[in-house]
Amino acid sequence: MTGEGRPKLSAVDHDADAELLDRLRAGDEQAFVMLVCRYRDSMLRLAAGYVPSRAVAEEVVQDTWVGVLRGLSGFEGRSSVRTWLFRILVNRARTAGARERRAVAVSEVGPAVDPARFDQTGHWAVPPERWIEEADDRLVAAKMAHRVRSAIEDLPGRQREVVTLRDVEGLSSDEVCSVLEITEANQRVLLHRGRSRVRQVLETEFGRA
Amino acid sequence: MRLRIGPRHLEIGRLEIVRREIVCQQAVELVTDYLEGTLPRAARRRFEKHLAACPHCTEYLAQIRATIRLAGSVTPGDLTPQMQDEFIALFRSWQSDPGEGEQDRR
Repeated sequence: MTGEGRPKLSAVDHDADAELLDRLRAGDEQAFVMLVCRYRDSMLRLAAGYVPSRAVAEEVVQDTWVGVLRGLSGFEGRSSVRTWLFRILVNRARTAGARERRAVAVSEVGPAVDPARFDQTGHWAVPPERWIEEADDRLVAAKMAHRVRSAIEDLPGRQREVVTLRDVEGLSSDEVCSVLEITEANQRVLLHRGRSRVRQVLETEFGRA
Repeated sequence: MRLRIGPRHLEIGRLEIVRREIVCQQAVELVTDYLEGTLPRAARRRFEKHLAACPHCTEYLAQIRATIRLAGSVTPGDLTPQMQDEFIALFRSWQSDPGEGEQDRR
């Protein structure tokens, strides 16, 4: 089970990726452009989490495709095309990000909800303020989506990676583990922390007690 | 994150009956495991039992689901013609000089 979120890429899409890759190997440049189109937005969003500017993110994506072309003959199809592409991107983005971004030591652990919001018996003392209904208004929903995106960008590194891949890009947990080379359990902890924090941001900004 | 679910063990002979009621502070830590489908069956039952009795935690779970939905609500864009040209140029330069194979075999 892959959990919640947008519809995941179906098997058909994976087949389409594999077919594009075959055509690319055969020297079909349109297949290359189509593959780039398919992943451009995802790659840019993902890269943007590591580097300070859109321009640098564009460079990382460009650099990734160079790496894809060079690595093409070595790709054995043991992982999905998408997983392979994202892994190349993440490696490049991390390298670029290490240069560009100061390392922030933010704790990756902590409770999902501020303990002060519970009473001594562990029941809600300050229950969640409501905000979901506000999203019925399309303008508010757009604002929320925007805020979610920036809240994800502000997450500590590992949480940001996992939440972006899972919830923004819609990868399965298996794929995320493979891209980031982490364990299933670790993936879940990071996802939990990250989602909890993003929810809190929404509550703080849009909640009505 | 893995809070142990406050165990009050009653030992009856060799049979251990574990009375465990989840409280809210524990429930919020189980939300991701629940959504991922990785909660063991007994824990899942306790979690759902708690939800059925607790509107606040039900709301909390709904908010996490809404958060996930919002994160996934992106509108994809297309390449501009100029970007297409750039990538075609990239492809052609690779074809004329494939370079070193990278060790990214998977």
